Amino acid sequence: MTMQVEKLMHAVFFIAALVSIIAVALICIFLFANGIPAMREIGFLDFLLGQRWAPMNSPPSFGIFPMIVGSIYVTAGAIIIGVPVGVLTAIFLAKYCPAKLYRVVKPAIQLLAGIPSVVYGFFGLMVIVPFIRTYLGGSGYSILSASILLGIMILPTIIGVSESAIRAVPREYYEGAVALGATHERAVFATVVPAATSGILASIILGVGRAIGETMAVVMVAGNQARVPSSILQGVRTMTTNVVLEMGYAYGLHRGSLIATGVILFVFILMINLLFSVLKRRTNYGS
Amino acid sequence: MDKMMVKNLDLYYGDFQALDDVNLAIPENQITAFIGPSGCGKSTMIKTLNRMNDLIEGCKIEGEVLLDGKSIQELDVNTLRKRVGMVFQKPNPFPMSVYDNIAYGPRTHGVRSKAKLDDIVEKSLMDAAIWDELKDRLKKSALGLSGGQQQRICIARALAIQPEVLLMDEPTSALDPISTAKIEELVSTLKKEYTIVIVTHNMQQAVRISDQTAFFLHGQIVEHGTTAQFFSIPQDKRTEDYITGRFG
Ligand SMILES: Nc1ncnc2c1ncn2[C@@H]1O[C@H](COP(=O)(O)OP(=O)(O)OP(=O)(O)O)[C@@H](O)[C@H]1O
Ligand SMILES: [Mg+2]
Repeated sequence: MTMQVEKLMHAVFFIAALVSIIAVALICIFLFANGIPAMREIGFLDFLLGQRWAPMNSPPSFGIFPMIVGSIYVTAGAIIIGVPVGVLTAIFLAKYCPAKLYRVVKPAIQLLAGIPSVVYGFFGLMVIVPFIRTYLGGSGYSILSASILLGIMILPTIIGVSESAIRAVPREYYEGAVALGATHERAVFATVVPAATSGILASIILGVGRAIGETMAVVMVAGNQARVPSSILQGVRTMTTNVVLEMGYAYGLHRGSLIATGVILFVFILMINLLFSVLKRRTNYGS
Repeated sequence: MDKMMVKNLDLYYGDFQALDDVNLAIPENQITAFIGPSGCGKSTMIKTLNRMNDLIEGCKIEGEVLLDGKSIQELDVNTLRKRVGMVFQKPNPFPMSVYDNIAYGPRTHGVRSKAKLDDIVEKSLMDAAIWDELKDRLKKSALGLSGGQQQRICIARALAIQPEVLLMDEPTSALDPISTAKIEELVSTLKKEYTIVIVTHNMQQAVRISDQTAFFLHGQIVEHGTTAQFFSIPQDKRTEDYITGRFG
């Protein structure tokens, strides 16, 4: 009897696990089955390195290089802004913040994670874009605006994951450091934080993933011009926004090329994950 | 000469009194052992000597602890901990290379020169009797070592800042007999240069290595004196019961 129950439960767990595996597999199959033929038709290098995106011209050109550059710029900008702020906030929360302040700051950060991206987009549109237009010039719809906005959007992820990584560092390390006459600052920055490196890197991967995949907020502030920008005050189009802007009316090879853009995005995410797991293995000392 | 003096010390964790009117002299270049049943306040007492109790919220201390005749409350806490080093019960090397572990303390106190750090690392590892085992593995993570090696790394790390007093809270309780023997031998040689306080649950260990023994019970010192006298002619009935194993 119990044997049968156990077998049944095994099957249930197995099926549950299977659901997510099937989902991943289906997404891959869909992406590659539609994207690869389109890429082949356009020409792989013309597609990746082509500087011109003009799908409605005749003859059309399908070069997504500007969008790849756009995604990289905007994500890099978000990381430059979000990582220092996020990691320092995490250190503050885990090692400096008085309990009273923590009870206010922590829920505020969690709330930040729950705000829908369209609301972030509005904030960018109403605050960041005019700010940049007024003080730095240009239209305000720019790489810089998108970077700042994404930098804010990835904060909750970076703070949350980094903070728990720092809290998970054994207390013995901290005690060992202060017992050697280290100040609180030195014990935190030279012992505890380095011991949390792999968790902090993990938070950065998640942040990169979030930033490179974000669409709605970016489309509202980035200007969306499909060309390689020459300044961070110029507008830019990312891979995600390229898809969302044109999918509504695209058909034929145009539609295929948008799905192929999704393939490239997917490959990017895979590469980032790979890169960080290598980094993580290299910096993680034991444990 | 008494290196450290504890005078009329009371310690409270919140409402709970963990140490009750402790008076104790810790003579220089000798090994003082704290013994007593679990929960009697040995760790609390040893942590008071380098103010590690400052980290515990709600810990209140009355009375005085003197280092070379000066109150430790008046010293800068980081200076105090540089002079009074500590080795913990559970080996706690940092997740760094062996070299960086040993160099941590000197770097903390401003030593930057590579040559000087190299010297300190070598000397400390030699003093901790682990140089020969590890001299080819200085760049390897300290976490990959055995428990006994890790504990000797921690001793070397403490020695690297050249403390005057070395506190050891059950340094061998997590180790096998061979590692324990190595550390006991090491401690006995270290007393030439350092004043050592060691907490131990192992009566034989106290007999083997210590010069002074203090017996704690419920936060009080029941009896203390030279180890030879303490174990051969105990003055207090409770001491006798404890050391003959009729107790606790
Ligand atoms: N941080 C703390 N907060 C509250 N009470 C504590 C704290 N640390 C220790 N105590 C209490 O103080 C008393 C003495 O503890 P201590 O750790 O000094 O004992 P010990 O003699 O070292 O015991 P053991 O041999 O088990 O290590 C115990 O009753 C313990 O429960
Ligand atoms: Mg103890």
